Order: sequence, then structure tokens, then C-alpha cells
Amino acid sequence: MEFFRIKKDIPFMRHALKFNIISLVTFLLAVFFLLTKGLHLSVEFTGGTLIEVNYTQAADLEKIRGALGKSGFSDFSVQNFGSSQDVMIRLPLKSDQNTSQLGAAVMQSLEAEAPGAQLRRVEFVGPQVGKELAENGAMALLLVVIGIVIYLAFRFEWRFSVSAIIANLHDVIIILGFFAFFQWEFSLSVLAAVLAVLGYSVNESVVVFDRVRETFKKSRGLTTPQVLDHAITSTISRTIITHGSTQLMVLSMLIFGGETLHYFAMALTIGICFGIYSSVLVASPLVMWLGVSREQFAPKPKKVIEGANEDGAVV
Amino acid sequence: MNRYPLWKYIIVAVALVMGFVYTLPNFFGESPAVQVSSAKATLKIDQKTLSRVEETLKGAGITHDGIQLDFNGVKTRLRDTDTQLKAKDILEKAFNPDPSDPQYVVALNLLSASPSWLTALHALPMYLGLDLRGGVHFLLQVDMKGALTKRLDSMSADLRTVMRDKNLRHAGVAREGDRIAIRFRDAETRDKARNAIADSQPDLILVEQGEGSDLKLVATLKPDAQKKIGEFALKQNITTLHNRINELGVAEPVIQQQGADRIVVQLPGVQDTAKAKDILGRTATLEIRMVDDSAGALEAALAGNPPFGTEVYNERGGQPLLVKKQVVLTGDRLTDAQPGFDNQTQEPAVHLTLDSAGARIFKDITRDNVGKRMAILLIEKGKGEVVTAPVIRTEIAGGRVQISGRMTSMEANDTALLLRAGSLAAPMDIIEERTIGPSLGADNIKKGFHSTMWGFAAIAVFMILYYQMFGVVSVLALASNLLFLIAILSLLQATLTLPGIAAIALTLGMAIDANVLINERIREELRNGMPPQAAISEGYERAFGTILDSNITTLIAGLALLIFGSGPIRGFAVVHCLGILTSIFSSVVVSRSLVNLIYGRQKKLTKIAIGQIWKPGNTASPAAVNGQK
Repeated sequence: MEFFRIKKDIPFMRHALKFNIISLVTFLLAVFFLLTKGLHLSVEFTGGTLIEVNYTQAADLEKIRGALGKSGFSDFSVQNFGSSQDVMIRLPLKSDQNTSQLGAAVMQSLEAEAPGAQLRRVEFVGPQVGKELAENGAMALLLVVIGIVIYLAFRFEWRFSVSAIIANLHDVIIILGFFAFFQWEFSLSVLAAVLAVLGYSVNESVVVFDRVRETFKKSRGLTTPQVLDHAITSTISRTIITHGSTQLMVLSMLIFGGETLHYFAMALTIGICFGIYSSVLVASPLVMWLGVSREQFAPKPKKVIEGANEDGAVV
Repeated sequence: MNRYPLWKYIIVAVALVMGFVYTLPNFFGESPAVQVSSAKATLKIDQKTLSRVEETLKGAGITHDGIQLDFNGVKTRLRDTDTQLKAKDILEKAFNPDPSDPQYVVALNLLSASPSWLTALHALPMYLGLDLRGGVHFLLQVDMKGALTKRLDSMSADLRTVMRDKNLRHAGVAREGDRIAIRFRDAETRDKARNAIADSQPDLILVEQGEGSDLKLVATLKPDAQKKIGEFALKQNITTLHNRINELGVAEPVIQQQGADRIVVQLPGVQDTAKAKDILGRTATLEIRMVDDSAGALEAALAGNPPFGTEVYNERGGQPLLVKKQVVLTGDRLTDAQPGFDNQTQEPAVHLTLDSAGARIFKDITRDNVGKRMAILLIEKGKGEVVTAPVIRTEIAGGRVQISGRMTSMEANDTALLLRAGSLAAPMDIIEERTIGPSLGADNIKKGFHSTMWGFAAIAVFMILYYQMFGVVSVLALASNLLFLIAILSLLQATLTLPGIAAIALTLGMAIDANVLINERIREELRNGMPPQAAISEGYERAFGTILDSNITTLIAGLALLIFGSGPIRGFAVVHCLGILTSIFSSVVVSRSLVNLIYGRQKKLTKIAIGQIWKPGNTASPAAVNGQK
């Protein structure tokens, strides 16, 4: 089998401007939704209580809501979670309530009005924890960005590292944009997925850049866009097969992983799709706009100045 | 050119065998067991305990599948859960004849069912996190300010004692926020007091204030003393939690400090979460204070203006009582508390034993206050309740005190348990809680396992169809990656959580990238007309740099998650990082050694099974893809 029977290098760079405009529009849309709708943060970030209960028959959500209302709870949300038997109850953080007994209190009021509930999971997160998690998440993101920029600048060139990181941050924003638009729950595991995607799709750019460097070194007489076209074309088959394989795994998580892994797998799916697009069609044009050229890869003859010591200083 | 020296094959073979051996315990599952461990620090579990367990079970006619002694205690493996429950009851009775004063913790546990030679190699199954086995997780925040306040309160009491011993007359000692103010009427006494205090309390900084007849000495704690108090409070709380959890009978509790002022408590397998929370969350402390019985004082207090230095508490039963703010004794001085009955009235009672300092204070206070009433307060969650307020009939020496009055024997038991479990040095709040029911845990394992299995199967089918023999090699390499990853996780006894399983799946999905890179590279070299052997060699070599680069960038992200992640994220990050490391080895070294074994010895290799190599030249003009040459 061979899926990719490409005769000529595909002239990606001819359409570079179009791709960049598409990216910019998607990016701006994502930012727009993030700003207007905001992320639907999970209890882990906002603080509050989350209770998962399981009924042997389909649960009557109205009855549960009634039961909670009667017991004096307010601002709660009751939803099905995965199946009609599983119910997720979310309670906001309240300073006057004895939070440590909340789970028991909820179960009691359910027992009275909608009996048969089995407690599956209780999560309570205090306000200070949520704030810290958000801060740590931001710190982790920052550390990833700095680490990758430094590594790529060291292995390749600053132009590559800058465009790789811009392309991949654009992915991250787009994933967040999706979560904002659909108001999917943004939890800690989604954050982990987002950061994993960041590492993963950077490696996509690395593969293309590796080829760019190789082509620059090997073949003379090609213009920069041609070199980029060639690099992308010769790696496109690998790109799609790899991402396809990873997506198979993620798809399996999406199907079999249940509700807990659902949004994790969702974030990865979006990340993988946009990862292909951005590393090929965003990062490469950016490298071009930033003015990459053969000279930057020509092996520099090592000039040794007479009398220079190890540090290169002339004494 | 595609041959490995023997030592490389040996390394790969050894790695695979080790991987297999350490992965093996995970397949045997767990068998029910009963664990006997010590409930007291002074009580050591040793060979004697082991033989005692053995004899007890023999006496009851219960056959076991082996007894072992480790740092956790004596663990007895049993055939099924019925026998397990029976054995637990029998051992409980034998080891704790007095249920109100347990010496040992007898708890249900699960032991790896793998054969003993594996256990001897320290090959243990992965440690499952709470989300997979069910249980409770708490994150507790220790109130450091509360610890300081408490310490200052007891220090004010000490200062009073110091000055009384030296016959220095003061006009009152009071804590004002985070300092203690001592008032004096003349400067001479103040100077003397200052010297006396400086000698006895080196942790205090003393500053003189005021003039005329209103002289003050203000004492604050030195910063490093404050720090020490904080550290001590945390340690004390951890010890207290240990004691309390021992009372619950949990097999493998985790109680750890997290950061400067937090404690993580994990109780795997605990079903009765309400009780766990109740016991943990209760911050009962005992205080003994004097009652103000002066005429009219209580009425004034109830009307809203209590006399200076007193406050109103309710007695059990609801009657208000005016109690002095000054604390005579706190629960810190308590060495033991036992439920029992009053000798005369046969009412349920709690018998307390005080340490020597406590006994002396108690003796002094009872001698000086014969005929007056003293209140014993139990303070829980900032709310106090007078358990009893007896009249002092005579001086009580020896440090043995009995609390009785309007208690049921159940309440006496609970009170004794709480007091015995020790008081907390500082109040704590639960700031994070996760309770996972056992059925959800089993579900999570199933879901995680299925995701990984079907994902792996899909990738395997595709790779083999698309790359044929090289696909098989890639799949074997991927399988070895899974093997190594599980072996390392088992070896490190890292905690596996659902995000961890997701990370295994994701890492496998990403690890195939390296093999795709290699296979595509080999195809490309073949397309460019290279002979097969050279193409294999070149393909592996060229792909290696790319594989390294791409894995390092992924690793950077993984490390950032590891550093800043907590809870579920950390579980994900650990597996992700380890998986990246194992994947480099398996996708490059293991797959290469397989390829070398298959193709390396064939001198005249003309064709390799890597799927169809489509050359543009076959169908079209040879003008394409020529940038390389």
C-alpha cells in the first residue's frame, strides 16, 4: 500500500498568504469566543463540590433537583453524566456551609426524595486550591514555551523556534476556543491534554524543519519556498500516517474511555487535527516570512585565531 | 552493515526479559488478606506477632495461603473474602481483647497474588491510585496562625506561673493578637519580671512600653521560633492523624506533608467515607477552665455584657455557664483517655491521665480552688461545649481525672477516642476532597484498559497492512515499549491513575511516530534507488536525529507538567515522561535489532517487505523529486 503518490513537490508556499489569513481568522475567532463566552472551568479550578451518583434505573433529574431545592441548596446543577443512570451534581462554593459534610447532606436529601442513589464519587475543592491550580497551569504553559524555544533555537535557529512556538500556541488557543464555543468543561485533565498537544505538535514542526535543514544543506539552486515545499512534501506521508495512528489511539479513548476521559480525548483530537495544519501550513510560511535562507545552514568554517585560548579570547 | 554485535542483542534480550518479569505480577491480580499492624508507636511488630497470628488462625481452624512480615505489619493471605472476613473477626478479638483500647490495627487488605519467587525479586504489581481502587483523598490545610495563637495562649499561662513563682506582682497578662501584654504597676517589678521571663522563655522578644503607673511589657515570638512552631504543629498534626486513622483500621494509609502547610491523606479502600471524614475532620481539643459562679455574673453575661475575662458556654443539656477565658490545662497535657464507668454512680465516664507537668498544674489548681467549680470543655471546630462542670471537693494529685456527667456510653467512647487520638496542634480545614466508590474504580480500570487495548489493536492492524514486515517489527517494538513502561512503573511502585492509563495510551499513540519516521525514510531511500541493506541502515540513521529532537520537545512538555502539575496531572506526567524515554529505546534499538535479525544476515537482499514502493518514474516522467541529488 502507498497512500501518497506525489509526483511533484506541492507548491504549499505559493498559498502561504492564504493559509496565514485562514489561521489568523480562526485564531481571532477563538480569541473572540474565549473573551466573550469564556471557559467553562471545572470544579477543580473554581472550587466547589461535585457529586456523582448512580441509579439502577434511569434517573429522574427533576426529582433530584426538587430534592436538593427542598433541602435548601441553591445554584446547583444536575446533569446526566455519560449515561441516563449516572447523575452529576455540582454545587458552588459557599462560605457559610460546612463543606466537609456536604456530600452526606446531599445524599440524605436524595434519599428522601429520589431514593436508590449510590454514591460514586465526591470531589470537593476549596477556593485556594483552585486558584493555585490555575496559576500552576499557566506556569507550566510558560515553562513549556520557554523550554521549547530554547531547545529549538539551540538545535536549529531562532527563526525556527519562534515560528514553531507561534504555530503551536495558535493550536492551543484554538483548542481553548473550541472549549469556549461549545462550553465544554475545562478540567485538569484537559489542561494536561493541551500541554501534551503542545509538546506533540512541536515535534511535528521539528520533523519538517529537520527536512528543511537537510534540503538546504544538500541541494543548491532551490529557492527558499522550493526548499520548504520539498521538505513538506517529502514528510507529508509520515505526518499524516503518524497523526492518523495517534488519532486511532485517541479515538479509542473517546469511544471506550467513558465520560472522565471524554474531554481529554476531545482536546487531543482537536489538537492533533490543528497540529498537522499549523505545523505544516503555519510554521513553514512563518519561517519564510522571518527570512530563513541557505546561508544560515552553510557549515561555517571554524576560524581559529592564533593565540586564542579555549574560550576564544585572545590574550 | 545491518548487524548488531552480540552484546547489543544481549542488552535487548535482557531488557525484554526484565520487562517481562516485572510486568508479570500485574497479571496475577490480588488475593484477599488480613493485615495486623501496630496501633501504638511503642508496640513493635516482629516474628513473635507473626507466630501469634499463625497460632490464632490455627486455633480457629482457618487455613491460610501464607503469612508474611514486612514494614507494614503481618499480612496473612487468605483464600476468599469470606475466610478473610472470618479471619479478621478472629484476629480482632485475639489481638484487641478490649475494643475500647485497641493495641493493634486489624485491617482488610489485598495482596498481590503473584508467586513468591516474583515477590522475592521485588516484582510487585503497579500501585493503583484511588481513582482505580476506590477510597478517599483529602487535602488538609493547617491553620498556622491558629497554631501560633494557641502557643501564645499557653505561653501566657506559663508567664503567669513564672511570675507567681518569683513573687512578682503583675496587673494582668493577656494575649493581644499575636503578642502578649503584661501590665505592671512599678518599673522595678517590670525589670525583675523581664529578667525572669528572658531566662525562662528564650523564644520571646520583650519590649517595654507605657509610663507612670501603667507599665507594660510586650512579648512577641521570634521569627525562627514562629517557624519552628509551624513545623512542629504540622508534625504534631500528622502524628495525630496517624493515630486517628489507626483507629479506623485502614491497611495502607498515606499521610504526607505537602508544601509548607498542607497534609495529604489518602485512605484506599475505605468504604465508610462519612466516618473517615468525621474522625479526620474533628478537631476536638480539651480545655480545663474555672467557672465564674459569682452572683449576678451569669445574668449580666446573658444580657450581653459578660464580666471581663469570661465567656458563656453551654453545658451538655443546654444550661449556660460562665467560664473564665484563662485556660488552666489543655489536651496537650493528656497522655491517655479511656471510656469507663464512674465508681459510685455507675454513669458512663471518661478517665483521663495527665503528664507530670499537667498533674502538677492540676494539683495546684484543685488545691487553690476547693469548693469552686471547674469546667471541662471539649472544643470542636471552634465551638466549645462544657462536658461537665464538677465542684472541686478536694485536692487531686497523681494526674488521674475522671469526666462524667450526662453522657451515654457511646458518647464516652467517642470522647475518649477523640481525646486519646490526640489534639491537633493547629486547626485544619479540608480544602480538597475526593471520594471514589469502589465500583467507579473498577469501571475506570476497565475503561482505561479497553481504550488502550483497542487503540493498540487498531494501530497494529494498520501498521501491518501498510508496512508489512516492517509494520510487524514496529508493532513488536511498540509492544515492547508497553512492556518496558509497565515494568518500570511496577518497579518504581509509581501510583497508576486513570490519567496515567490515558498517558500510557497516548504515549503509545505518539511512540509509533518514531517507527513511521523510520519506515517512511527507508521507503524513500528505496525510492531513490538505494539497495535494500543500505536503505535500512540509512533510514534508521537519518531518522534518529529527528526522533531525538521530536521526543525531547515532547519531554519538555512532560517535565513542565511534572513540575507544576498536582494530583491527576502529576500521574499523567510521570507516565508520559517515562513513556517517552522507553519509546526511544524500543522504537530505535529494539526495532533495529529485530530488523537486523530478520534481514541483516542476508547478503544478497534484493527485496524487503515494507509495502509497495511507489516510484514516480514507474508511471510518469522521472522529473519529480530530484531536489536531493
